[in-house]
Amino acid sequence: MAAHTPSGTSYVRAQAVAPLPPPLVESGAIGWLRTALFSGPLNIVLTILSGALIVLIVPPLLNFLIFDATWSGADREACLARPDRPVVGACWAFIRERLGYFIYGFYPIAERWRVDAFFVLLTIGIIWLLAPTARRRTLGAIYFFVVMPVLACVLLLGWPAIGLPEVSTTQWGGMLVTVVVSGVGIVFSLPIGIVLALGRRSRMPLVKLFSVIFIEFVRGVPLVTVLFMASVMLPLFVPEQWSPDKLLRALVGVALFASAYMAEVVRAGLQAIPRGQYEGAMAVGLSYWRMMGLIILPQALRVTIPNIVNSYIALFKDTTLVFIVGIFDFLRTIEAARVDPKWATPVTSTTGYAFAAIVYFICCYLMSRYARDMEARLTTTHRR
Amino acid sequence: MDQPTSPPRLRPAKLKTDVAIDIIGMHKWFGDFHVLRDINLRVMGGERIVICGPSGSGKSTMIRCINRLEEHQRGRILIDGMELTGDLRRIDEIRREVGMVFQHFNLFPHLTVLENLTLAPIWVRKMPKKDADDIAMHFLRRVKIPEQAHKYPGQLSGGQQQRVAIARALCMNPKIMLFDEPTSALDPEMVKEVLETMVQLAEDGMTMLVVTHEMGFARQVANRVVFMDEGQIVEVNTPEEFFAHPQHERTKLFLSQILQ
Repeated sequence: MAAHTPSGTSYVRAQAVAPLPPPLVESGAIGWLRTALFSGPLNIVLTILSGALIVLIVPPLLNFLIFDATWSGADREACLARPDRPVVGACWAFIRERLGYFIYGFYPIAERWRVDAFFVLLTIGIIWLLAPTARRRTLGAIYFFVVMPVLACVLLLGWPAIGLPEVSTTQWGGMLVTVVVSGVGIVFSLPIGIVLALGRRSRMPLVKLFSVIFIEFVRGVPLVTVLFMASVMLPLFVPEQWSPDKLLRALVGVALFASAYMAEVVRAGLQAIPRGQYEGAMAVGLSYWRMMGLIILPQALRVTIPNIVNSYIALFKDTTLVFIVGIFDFLRTIEAARVDPKWATPVTSTTGYAFAAIVYFICCYLMSRYARDMEARLTTTHRR
Repeated sequence: MDQPTSPPRLRPAKLKTDVAIDIIGMHKWFGDFHVLRDINLRVMGGERIVICGPSGSGKSTMIRCINRLEEHQRGRILIDGMELTGDLRRIDEIRREVGMVFQHFNLFPHLTVLENLTLAPIWVRKMPKKDADDIAMHFLRRVKIPEQAHKYPGQLSGGQQQRVAIARALCMNPKIMLFDEPTSALDPEMVKEVLETMVQLAEDGMTMLVVTHEMGFARQVANRVVFMDEGQIVEVNTPEEFFAHPQHERTKLFLSQILQ
């Protein structure tokens, strides 16, 4: 007992040692700086370089886009350098005046409300279908895939019988065309892509052969070629009155082109599903289509969400190529407007392209952001 | 549906004929490799057969042929009087009557336990959802995990997952159950709970074919033990005879290796 009491042993400390000082700050602003920016020689160099790059780029950009920019004006005079205003930034007055053109193209001004109504219908459909808290999604899907397209056709093309004058698709343009082309591509490429992907893995030789030929052929030619073939070569074989509308031809071309890529994305997802899932589904007696629809595709599509959205973003930007067959999409309207003598200034083109870049960036970023949120939601609700 | 305190015994679906499975002169090749050679096995209704043998002996392939997860190239397989052919409708019909439990469970990870159980009854048997739910809960109580019904398979232990897999097969009210090494992927402490479930099932009179290395299970439950090696059935015998007086050298060697 005595050995355990400190009093008898002089070499045992009678008082507690003072606690060690806390480790270097790992949290808070300083901690973050230390761990994220200055954690080693390489990181310090990279931090300094990045900082220098930001200083080099951001202030001139802000100056051009905001501080030196011209916000209002009637024509090129407003955006020209004058002795009292030697530096001229972005000519937003140009964008403001031509905004209608960028959105509607040559759509008759009196009928533009119809395009606005279409945008509203589309937005309702997108929110109904995609918002995580939306209710009655089946109804939303019926609305989005059946009701809305019909309404949109009536609205945009016109129906004289109910007092909507006809508007030819040659008058469509701007954002309207970009939204229609990419929307049709996005909506059709996934189901067609799924069918092609299943076809490529099919055991039926003819189905497989057709899928492989279609996918490899479409992937083997540039989108420009597909569009050219759709708009230039098709009329050579089909009589004039049978030849479909130019925009429709481009829509079909884009949708088929996107489908071939989507097929490969979906196939990658299918390959990620272990064989046991197929066997489990078969062993409980599910038929091929039920097995695919209930077991395999839900899992395969979930793992490919990032790739699917990647394809969608690429498709959205690829739609700019329809200008090559004479369709005025958003970027083409900007291209056309920037050479208008009324607004000919040194900054007009730059402003137009900056505007296009900002609009495309917002659209694409929203898509990628939504996809990331959805992934996070799915991984928390369906933990493996 | 009334909810009894202790789950009632289940009554396996009646077979139409006395012979549950009849395999006659079956051969199978994987490419050039002759996996199964002249397999002949007749399983009567209510019989419990344990199949054992060294790995690569073709025992898994054989029972996978019974519900056409693998295709046989020669010979005949009759399930309750129906012959397995390339006819897809016939295959689906047979799969509805034959339940299967896999080594790696093969549960559907994107569905809850309850959804895993009700999927096939709803989509294949066209059962109303409520009835399917009742039956699923009944079998979850049978395998003693009703409280896990709304979890996802990934949240359960291996033993629990395998019991869910057994319940999933039972929900289709099968006449025959196939088990492909049901305990091989489990941690040792979970083997017991799965074997207990299988013993109960055997006591209820289910026709069972079990590929396993659990010799205790074979002794306790099996009517006959089948020993396979190199794609052939080497020996079929009652468990007492099989373990006490193995007839063939290969059987003796296998038993000496597996029963230290």
